[in-house]
Amino acid sequence: MHIIVCIKQVPDTEELSKVRINSRTNTLVREGIKSIINPFDENAIEEALRIKERHGGKVTVLSMGPPQAEEALRRALAMGADKAILLSDRSFAGSDTLATSYTLAMGIRKIGEFDLVLLGKQAIDGDTAQVGPGLAEWLNLPQITYVRRIELSSSKIKAERSLEDSFEIVETNLPALLTVTKEINTPRYPSLRGLLKAKKEKITVWTSKDLALDKERIGLDGSPTQVVKIFTPESPKRGKILTGEIPEIADKLISEMKKRKII
Amino acid sequence: MDFTLNDDQKMILDLVEEVCQKEIAPVADEVSEKGEFPAQNVKKLASLDLFGITIPKEYGGLGMDYLTWTLVSEKISKACATTGLIFGANLLCTYPLLKFGTEEQKRKFLPRLAKGEALGAFALTEPEAGSDAGNVQTTAKKDEDCYILNGNKIFITNGEVADIYVVIANIDKNKGARGLTAFIVEKGQEGFTFGQHFKKMGLSALPNVELIFNNCRVPAENLLFKERRGFRVAMETFAAGRIGVGIGALGIAEAAFEKAKEYSRERIQFGKPICSFQAIQHILADMATKIEAARFLLYRAAWLLDQGRPFEKLASMGKLYASETAMEVTTKAVQVLGGYGYMKDYPVERYMREAKLFEIIEGTSEIQRGIIANLLLKE
Repeated sequence: MHIIVCIKQVPDTEELSKVRINSRTNTLVREGIKSIINPFDENAIEEALRIKERHGGKVTVLSMGPPQAEEALRRALAMGADKAILLSDRSFAGSDTLATSYTLAMGIRKIGEFDLVLLGKQAIDGDTAQVGPGLAEWLNLPQITYVRRIELSSSKIKAERSLEDSFEIVETNLPALLTVTKEINTPRYPSLRGLLKAKKEKITVWTSKDLALDKERIGLDGSPTQVVKIFTPESPKRGKILTGEIPEIADKLISEMKKRKII
Repeated sequence: MDFTLNDDQKMILDLVEEVCQKEIAPVADEVSEKGEFPAQNVKKLASLDLFGITIPKEYGGLGMDYLTWTLVSEKISKACATTGLIFGANLLCTYPLLKFGTEEQKRKFLPRLAKGEALGAFALTEPEAGSDAGNVQTTAKKDEDCYILNGNKIFITNGEVADIYVVIANIDKNKGARGLTAFIVEKGQEGFTFGQHFKKMGLSALPNVELIFNNCRVPAENLLFKERRGFRVAMETFAAGRIGVGIGALGIAEAAFEKAKEYSRERIQFGKPICSFQAIQHILADMATKIEAARFLLYRAAWLLDQGRPFEKLASMGKLYASETAMEVTTKAVQVLGGYGYMKDYPVERYMREAKLFEIIEGTSEIQRGIIANLLLKE
C-alpha cells in the first residue's frame, strides 16, 4: 500500500492573532510567525501512518511551497513518513487552488504508482477546501471528502463522511483520494528517535524543470482567482438595551422598529 | 565557555516544550487534585523516547548526554512537578544499572527502561535510615544461588508503579555501611509486596510507597556491583540524582515566577498594575536572579558529569540552591498574588507545597551543606 499525503505549511494557529495582511499585495505577512503543518493535514499523515502500521506499505509526503516548507516535511518524516518531496520553484509563487492542485497532480504523476492520496479537509489559512477535490479531478480519481472514519480492504475503501447534521457512508475502489476531518484521529507527536533520524534524511526537491508542466497552468499566471481585497469583517454593531417598565419598553420598541422601517 | 545549545538539543527541547504546553501543563492541576498516578503523562514521555535519553544505543536508548536529560527534565518539571519527579526517580534506577551493572544486567533491564515499557525506582530509605544511610535494617542473606531479602522500605518514589527496583540491603549488619549491598529486584518477585501509600503535603499523585520484603529470594545474578559495595552504589546514584532533584525544584520555581510576573502585570491596585511598584519589582528581580543562578549550577554539574569529571560538589550545590530557591520563589509568588495566591484557584499555593519536598529528598539541605563542606575542605 503506497499512500501519498499532501501537506501544507501554514502559520501557527496559536499565533494567528499576530498574522497581518500586506494591504498592497493582499498576501500574508509571514515574518516572525511560527509555521506548522496544517492541523487537518496532520490528521491525514496520522491516518496514513496507521494504515501503514496495519496493512504495511509506505507513506510519501508531498508539499508545494517555499524552501522553508522543508521544515513541515521533516516533521512528517519524524512522525514516521518514509519519503518527503517538496515542489518548490519561484514560478509556483502566487498559485491559487487550481494552479496548486494542478502542480501537486503533476508531482504525484511523477511519483508514479500509489493506492491512496490523503489530505486534510482544508487549510486553516485559506479555508477553501478546494485543493483536495481539484487534485482528484486532475488525477481522475474517485474522491471522498470530509472523512471521519475509514475501513480498508485490499482493493476498496469505505469511508464515513461528516455532513452538517448527519453522516454518509461511501465506498469506492482504490486508488482514491480522501480529505479528512480532525475527528478521524489524534495525530501523534514525533519521537526523539524520529526527529534525529528525520534531521539526517534528504528531502527531494522538484522544481518546474523536473515536472512535465504546462507553464500556463502554474503560479500566478495559471491562477484565475484574483484577490481583490482582504479585510477583517467589521464586527456587528452592538444592540441597544431598552429600559423601564414593560409597557413603556414595548412602546419604545414599536416606535424604534417603525423608525427603522422594520414594521 | 560555551553556553549555547546544539541543534539536536534545541530541536528536542522545542518538541518537549510543545508537548509540555499542550498535553502536560494543562492537566497538572487535575493530576494533583485527583492524586492518582498520571499514567497518561508517563505514556506520553515514553512515546517521545524521553526515558531513553541517557541510555546508550546498544541498550535501546538514544545515547545522549545528561545535560540534555537535565534540560528536558526542567521543562517537564515546570509543566508538572509530579511528572518531573517520576521521570527523575526513574534515573535513579537507570544510572546505577549503567554505572555498576554487568553486561548481562544491562542487556536484560535497560532496553525496557529506555522504551518506557518498564519504570524504575531506587529503594534505600527506611524508618530508621534516611540521612543516616548506613543504618539500613533490611537484610540480605546468601542462600545458594539466591539472596534472601527481609525488611521494609518507606517513602519509595515510583513504588508499586515501577517494574524494576534497585534495592539497598545489609548483608552484614555488624558492619553498618560496609555491609550494604545493592540488588536489582523486579516487581512480581515472590516475597516482594507493597504496603502503605504515604499521604503527603503536596505532590499527592506521586507514588511514595512502602516496599515489603518477606523472604524475598532474589537471584544471585541480580546482585548489583559487589557485595558490601552498596553504599558506594547509593552515594554515586544520589550524587547524580541530585541534579535531577535540583532541576525538578528549578522547574517549579520557574513556573511560580512566571505566574507571579504575569499576575503582577494584570493586577491593578491604586490605579496601576502592581508590577509598577518597586516592592513587587524587587521581588521579581530576586526571583529571576536566583533562578538563573540555580540553573547554571545544575547545568554545570550535568556538564561535568558528561565530561567524566568530579561533579558531586556542584550537584550538591545545585540541589541545595535550587530547592531553597524554589521554596523562596514559590512563597514569594504566593505573596505577590496575595489573597488570590492563597486560594486553590491559582496554582502558586500548590507550587509552594510541592517545593518543600525538594529541600528534603535526595539528602536534606543540611546533608547537602555537609557534603559540600566535606568536599571543599578536601581540596
